[in-house]
Amino acid sequence: MMSFISYLLNGLSLGSVYAIIALGYTMVYGIAKMLNFAHGDILMVGGYAAFIALNSLGLPVPVSVLVSMVVCTLLGITIEKVAYKPLRKANSLSVLITAIGVSYLLQNLAQLIFTANPKSFSSFVGIEPIKLAGGQLTVSGETVVTIFTCVIIVAGLVTFINKTKAGQAMLAVSEDKGAATLMGVDVNGTISLTFAIGSALAAIGGILLCSAYPTLTPTTGAMPGIKAFVAAVLGGIGSIPGAFIGGIILGVLENLAKAYISSKLSDAIVFSVLIIVLLVKPTGILGKKIMEKV
Amino acid sequence: MDKVIAEKKKITRSNLITFAMVIIAYIVVEIMINTGNVSSLFKGLLVPLCIYSILAVSLNLVVGISGELSLGHAGFMCIGAFASSTWSMIMKSTSMPEGLRFFIAIVIGAVTAAFFGFLIGIPVLRLKGDYLAIVTLAFGEIIKNLVNALYFGIDANGPHFSLEDSMHLNMDGGTIIIKGAQGITGTPKNSNFTIGVVLLLIVLFIVLNLINSRTGRAVMAIRDNRIAAESVGLNATKFKLLAFTISAAIAGVGGVLYAHNLSSLQALPKNFGYNQSIMILVFVVMGGIGNIRGSVVAAVVLTVLPELLRGLSDYRMLIYAVVLILMMLCTSAPSWIQYRERIMMSLGKNKKVNGKESN
Amino acid sequence: MKKILSVLLAGTMAATLAACGSSSTGSTSAATTAAAGETSANSGSASSDLTWKIGSQGPLTGGAALYGEAVVNGAKVAVDEINEAGGINGYKIEFKTADDEHDQEKAVNAYNSLKDWGMQVLVGPTTSSPTMAVASEAVNDNMFMITPSGSAVDCTATANAYRVCFSDPAQGTKSAQYIGQHKLATKVAVLYDSSDVYSSGIYEAFAKEAANQGIEIVDTEQFTADSKTDFSTQLQKMQAAGAELAFLPFYYTEAALVLTQANTMGFKPIFFGVDGMDGILGLDNFDTSLAEGLMLLTPFAADATDDATVNFVTRYKDAFGSTPIQFAADAYDAVYIVKKAAEAANLTPDKSVDEIGTALEEQLKTLSYDGITGAGMTWNEGGDVDKEPKAVVIKDGAYVSAE
Repeated sequence: MMSFISYLLNGLSLGSVYAIIALGYTMVYGIAKMLNFAHGDILMVGGYAAFIALNSLGLPVPVSVLVSMVVCTLLGITIEKVAYKPLRKANSLSVLITAIGVSYLLQNLAQLIFTANPKSFSSFVGIEPIKLAGGQLTVSGETVVTIFTCVIIVAGLVTFINKTKAGQAMLAVSEDKGAATLMGVDVNGTISLTFAIGSALAAIGGILLCSAYPTLTPTTGAMPGIKAFVAAVLGGIGSIPGAFIGGIILGVLENLAKAYISSKLSDAIVFSVLIIVLLVKPTGILGKKIMEKV
Repeated sequence: MDKVIAEKKKITRSNLITFAMVIIAYIVVEIMINTGNVSSLFKGLLVPLCIYSILAVSLNLVVGISGELSLGHAGFMCIGAFASSTWSMIMKSTSMPEGLRFFIAIVIGAVTAAFFGFLIGIPVLRLKGDYLAIVTLAFGEIIKNLVNALYFGIDANGPHFSLEDSMHLNMDGGTIIIKGAQGITGTPKNSNFTIGVVLLLIVLFIVLNLINSRTGRAVMAIRDNRIAAESVGLNATKFKLLAFTISAAIAGVGGVLYAHNLSSLQALPKNFGYNQSIMILVFVVMGGIGNIRGSVVAAVVLTVLPELLRGLSDYRMLIYAVVLILMMLCTSAPSWIQYRERIMMSLGKNKKVNGKESN
Repeated sequence: MKKILSVLLAGTMAATLAACGSSSTGSTSAATTAAAGETSANSGSASSDLTWKIGSQGPLTGGAALYGEAVVNGAKVAVDEINEAGGINGYKIEFKTADDEHDQEKAVNAYNSLKDWGMQVLVGPTTSSPTMAVASEAVNDNMFMITPSGSAVDCTATANAYRVCFSDPAQGTKSAQYIGQHKLATKVAVLYDSSDVYSSGIYEAFAKEAANQGIEIVDTEQFTADSKTDFSTQLQKMQAAGAELAFLPFYYTEAALVLTQANTMGFKPIFFGVDGMDGILGLDNFDTSLAEGLMLLTPFAADATDDATVNFVTRYKDAFGSTPIQFAADAYDAVYIVKKAAEAANLTPDKSVDEIGTALEEQLKTLSYDGITGAGMTWNEGGDVDKEPKAVVIKDGAYVSAE
């Protein structure tokens, strides 16, 4: 039983990281209707920015987090302006390909600047592991912080979207760009804002990912990026609570599959579950139904 | 009526251009090889060029003609590669003539991939858009994961399978053919440029004919408006499945060529992972969705490009990424296209390229 | 009118292709010599026009770039050193590298591009799958190749291919023997990368030999290239199985994560690694106390105090700013092995690739070489090296001989 709870906690921790990254994916998708394949790489840039701020410049933890968020935000907005915006009216696959180009670009740029040698990331979390049940169960500080951060972010985002004007504008743009423009919503500004928030979240995701799993390389973001994409789809892409649920389910599933079935086939098991879920609920767990028009 | 005939003639001419393009390219390259002014690098690239052209055509059938986004094409390639390679390894020691063995290998690769394409297609094609994309990506990754875990050997008692390790095969002598992550080594090198081009021509023939057949028009009608197509009695699932299965079979053929071009076959993220699937998609999008000839051209250009950039050493992949983004912007961004046209106009080449709005 | 546009597009692409084709074929010699001038590591102009052309290849971009960079950098250190000392048989070395992205097909392309440049000897490739693919191409040219680090059995299957590192089965077997003979533990758990040729190759040999050594494998856990961030569940299962020793046959990038996570959960068996573990102490910003007590079988230790190692490590650090890992040391040795064999055969660079290949292969049958990755290295018929691994243990953040 203890080991089960322990596996579950491992899963929750990993799942929360996936969830934070998936939130960025899902927000961008909801509004720009594009799969931002470069999202995982923005996360990697966030990791490097935080690493430099903390270790090379010796800045305190909160400032380093802020630096990393600012860097990612600026990067996200720039990418959107330069690479995605010109293609907004083009075929949706064109943007997908550009996003892949941006992803390659960021990875190779990072390799040129930081070399391929991995960096050992010092944890941003200063909490000692907590021992529970007479030492049978250890919960790392990173796990606790990651889960809490994730819950706070989801709550914050949901409030932001439902209660603020900018949030409502986002909803409007994601529903119908044309109508939103007519109603006086600044579509370009709103899309930029979405990319800014998504990228800032990627920075936080990067820091938490690297704190819990402390190796940083130019390809650090690639696999978590894809997993988070899967999580976003699993939860219903475009839905913020969906991304949260999808991330958590994916993380927990991955760890339980490793624990009870096979650590070798865990990828296959996770993906099989995804397929089954999508076959039962074709638009993800919390996804909206797509209306078909003749 | 005349219009229909004219349209048909246009299609035939367009198809002939495609075939002519491939054949002329083949003849030119052969002449260049025989006169001896071809670099080793270029010679080594010839078979991969055929492989990626075939894969791009195959994916275009799904993405362009059937209108479904598939991100798992490398998985079918992987199946074709491993199935055919296993066959060749088993038969290597027998007296079967090499040509016949390779021919059967191609058939096995195509049929196995088609079988999996069919199996996967039944549930998957119920989904739409990005959900379909992610499920195909998932299948691709499952295939890669399973192949990496698969051990297969043959001894006097017949075949043995295991998903654990080679000890679990309980082999009584015999040979282990697939060794998990270590894959297959020693596949005979049967692929060559001529076979590659012949297969490409066959694939083009099949796909172009399919598109211009009754079936192809049905598939495209379903793509354009499923409900309308169904209301006139077209079975959407059947036609989509047909296109998907054929596409998988063609991807399998690409895999056969791949496996028999390199002597060592391992399922790495680079060759059979989602990265490869996405790369094939890049060929399709860059060449024009639904444009078969464009797929071939884009596959060739984008496969040759990183090799040409080798002189840039460290900056190679960086420049490649930049070129990819710029090419996409140039060919697809409305503002860039306008800008391009303005330049063309001012150069005096006042062709009415985009005079009419496309529909 | 989409059609016209697409035809035009295809036309422009075809035009670029034609341009590409001609530049890659017609003016090959001009282009390659220009490229060689840019990237060759030729320090100072050679006294005569005739030079040795040694190539090296490995993943220089992507996830495995770390190993490829180490190999080409290590080889470059050796090349520069040899050139300063007057070259091989009086001829300087020109050195060129190519990126293979850790992919079989790209590896063959990289090999071909080096061949077009005029490569005479290949010090590479870096990783196993590309090495196997390249070896079966290179054998047709009888190009002598010595891979610093391609460790899978079939890497040296062809007559022209040799290696500096241990083969995977050799490492697995030797690890099991070491653990058994030194009675380190009887209950052993293994964690390995089941999607990796190197890791699964070592595991299989280890598991086969373990039974002979009285070692009980209590738990076997895997991870794959697609999920190698979170190891906590695997570690917990290993802990629950009562493992006294954890065998970790994979690279230090992942090992650093494994050690960190094991430390957090309080799992403290003896950790036992293989040569891929070397480099963990040089990991930027790594808390070396986590690696305290880690044992590994490796032929190379960057903080060894013999002159040859100190010289190499100093030069490497000066040139590239980081501590060399075993891959770099293997590549450094590989270049010197080529030098020694070429000198023994009295070879000059005006010979053809085939002649050089035959002569070097002949030499390797009898050559004995003392390098920084092992003393008295000899090669058997199959191209495998015979050398003794050193067992080291990490104490106070440094390697100490475990004997």
